[in-house]
Amino acid sequence: MSRQANRGTESKKMSSELFTLTYGALVTQLCKDYENDEDVNKQLDKMGYNIGVRLIEDFLARSNVGKCHDFRETADVIAKVAFKMYLGITPSITNWSPAGDEFSLILENNPLVDFVELPDNHSSLIYSNLLCGVLRGALEMVQMAVEAKFVQDTLKGDGVTEIRMRFIRRIEDNLPVGEE
Amino acid sequence: MAIFSVYVVNKAGGLIYQLDSYAPRAEAEKTFSYPLDLLLKLHDERVLVAFGQRDGIRVGHAVLAINGKDVNGKYTADGKEGSSGIEMLETDTFKLHCFQTLTGIKFVVLADPRQAGIDSLLRKIYEIYSDFALKNPFYSLEMPIRCELFDQNLKLALEVAEKAGTFGPGS
Repeated sequence: MSRQANRGTESKKMSSELFTLTYGALVTQLCKDYENDEDVNKQLDKMGYNIGVRLIEDFLARSNVGKCHDFRETADVIAKVAFKMYLGITPSITNWSPAGDEFSLILENNPLVDFVELPDNHSSLIYSNLLCGVLRGALEMVQMAVEAKFVQDTLKGDGVTEIRMRFIRRIEDNLPVGEE
Repeated sequence: MAIFSVYVVNKAGGLIYQLDSYAPRAEAEKTFSYPLDLLLKLHDERVLVAFGQRDGIRVGHAVLAINGKDVNGKYTADGKEGSSGIEMLETDTFKLHCFQTLTGIKFVVLADPRQAGIDSLLRKIYEIYSDFALKNPFYSLEMPIRCELFDQNLKLALEVAEKAGTFGPGS
């Protein structure tokens, strides 16, 4: 993984193996601490949320995307710009609901789960739940309350990894000026 | 320095960062009678009137209000008052630029009217904020920014902007 070229004079490269190892160490430590898969999932979501609320500013500062006018634009930006920028992958967007408030992100490969196999005693662990938290936190900072959850996971034997995103509502309190 | 102040305002409207560096500037020749009602400062072996000091008090009030308080002949860049928030406020002694992010954080820069490149400076400040404030795990969102690295890099960015931007008489 490397930082964007307009970052500065030095381009920092970190090996993706180190990233996978770090994430793995995080998840296994959480499993030891909490012993219960559901709690680990919740913690991963919380951590992802904390990352998301900070990452959104970095994303907006560097990518120069403007305000999205509807959820479809949001989906496009998430898949084509954000995922590309931070994970180097471009998920595809499918399965739009008729009302246009739900869609799926299909990830062919997920960098977090390189080399990972889920053991039987952790069958309800959502290993990459951090990503759901990140999406939730980031979108909340731009006044969108969404729900993100994994509906398919290659770690559990499915062919692809699928994240279902559902738009709940616009967040009306603390609106920036000019958005009423 | 042609950039007088930088302020960062959070979503709730609270000031979370403030940097003031008023430039003593001799813009006009005037005769005074004793006692003086202006502050004189010795700067770079020249006696300069710190006009910035006086405007500073008014500037301080205007920024804290952010609801369109009158500052000697103000008008917004788009001609309407406060329709989508202040983006630029121009007076004859300073220009106030405001950049609002999609997340509600506002970056306010007060600069010399002749200073150019403030828009890119605002974007740069946004990047510096997203780097040194947000990526510091010990900084809590919406709280006052007390990060050394943020201060340092911000001051660096201001210096670069001033060197690149202004073509008026230097200080």
